[in-house]
Amino acid sequence: MPVLNIQKFSFTYPGVDHPSLQNINLPIKRNKITALIGPSGCGKSTLLRSMNRIHDLYPGNKYEGKIEFTDSDKNISDILDIKKENEFIELRQRIGMIFQKPTPFPMSIFDNVAYGLKIAGVKNKTELADRVEIALKGSALWKEVYDRLDKSAMGLSGGQQQRLCIARAVAVKPEVLLFDEPTSALDPISTGAIEELIVELKKDVSIAIVTHNMQQASRISDYTAFMYLGDLVEYDKTENIFLNPQEKKTEDYITGRFG
Amino acid sequence: MSRLLVNKIFLALSVLSALIGLAFLAWILITLFIKGLGSFHFGLFLNDLIDGGLRNLIIGQFILAGLASIIGIPLGMAAGIYIQEYGRGRYANLIRDLSDIMMSAPSIVIGAFVYAVIVVPTGGTSGFAGAIALAIMMLPVVINTTDNMLSLVPRELREAGIALGASKYKVIIDIVIKAAKVGIMTGILLAFARIIGETAPLLFTSETSNYFSLDLTESFPSLTVSIYDLANEPEESSRDLAWAASFILTVLVLIINLSGRFITRNKK
Repeated sequence: MPVLNIQKFSFTYPGVDHPSLQNINLPIKRNKITALIGPSGCGKSTLLRSMNRIHDLYPGNKYEGKIEFTDSDKNISDILDIKKENEFIELRQRIGMIFQKPTPFPMSIFDNVAYGLKIAGVKNKTELADRVEIALKGSALWKEVYDRLDKSAMGLSGGQQQRLCIARAVAVKPEVLLFDEPTSALDPISTGAIEELIVELKKDVSIAIVTHNMQQASRISDYTAFMYLGDLVEYDKTENIFLNPQEKKTEDYITGRFG
Repeated sequence: MSRLLVNKIFLALSVLSALIGLAFLAWILITLFIKGLGSFHFGLFLNDLIDGGLRNLIIGQFILAGLASIIGIPLGMAAGIYIQEYGRGRYANLIRDLSDIMMSAPSIVIGAFVYAVIVVPTGGTSGFAGAIALAIMMLPVVINTTDNMLSLVPRELREAGIALGASKYKVIIDIVIKAAKVGIMTGILLAFARIIGETAPLLFTSETSNYFSLDLTESFPSLTVSIYDLANEPEESSRDLAWAASFILTVLVLIINLSGRFITRNKK
């Protein structure tokens, strides 16, 4: 059973007649990395942002179809059915998101990582400290920051900030992590560190990642979905997509004929 | 060749206009310092106006401006947050436009408004009426700064908070306002500096008093209104006192203004 099962999914932005995504069928498999690739404007970020309903921050969007979420206890629910505030909070604690630009909050490193935990209701100081430490170790940042946890997170480098954002998302023990071009604002060395971290994380979480960088998709993902103009053109194991694509469009894109 | 010449003429004209502007500013400050310092002595801080000092007026002015801030800052911030974070479309734009218009409303008109709405029905001038007039002066500045500073906070930061499961109001309070804190604080300080030097809104609302007073239901001591009164007195001593008071007021406003700039520069 995939952790997320997207079925006959269409999405329309407010004030637009034409849907930005139409009839998408895509599984996000448990403890695997699924890469979403495609040229700008193909809808890959729109699809990713539907999986935690972050679109709902802005009113007037239209969803159709289903996004079935099977949690670790095998309970199945449809993400698109969520209406209540507390259900949204639960959804976003289970399906975390990392953005293109690092988004440290204007507070200390510790408070950044503890933020989601506090919202989840963790009040005990020792438990908070333990889980912050685990999260920072899990995102390979602990050694660099353990002696300045009370310092502002704004003083970290771009790569460190992004790892902090990953730690912040990991701290609440999500089941799925959504990465929206997480390395496009970073230098090659930081990018390498983040990629290693993402591969490491799939032991515990299922991952969907939007990327512009085809090498990145081929390096880290297990499955790849190629999207074009709001359609899902092809989905397969990553090696098949890159070595033996079935669709002409996919082949043209990965060989760099357009994009 | 001719372009170079035009360039030089233009530069010369710009420098000249800047110098003229600065010269007037310097003239005002120098006059104020000479006349003000001549009449300045520390006894002014120890005696009330009735005994030839300024103590009650300085304290009164701060109480009026402080009370105005207690009313104006929360209201203005709430309105600014509404416009930027919650309001959509027409309503928010209407409030924004109204606030812009209020910003340029003549202060004497606001004084007259409060006179009609509060002083007349309550049967007389009072500290409360003065503070309310100052709060109205302050409101558009606070609304505007809050609105502008919040608009500078990147959308991604709000999304990141929401993506961690925080509700919208929590994101605003914990993250967005913190990110905009320095800018909002500077705006509030500048708004405070503006109202502490206002005379017109107080002229028919709080008036002033020669005695020390904490009773906000009566006419209330005000430095600026007393400067206006003293400057109209025939005796030389009253006019000297007005100079000293003007000097003290200017220094106070200058300190508040500079500390506003200092905060922005150091926290960026």
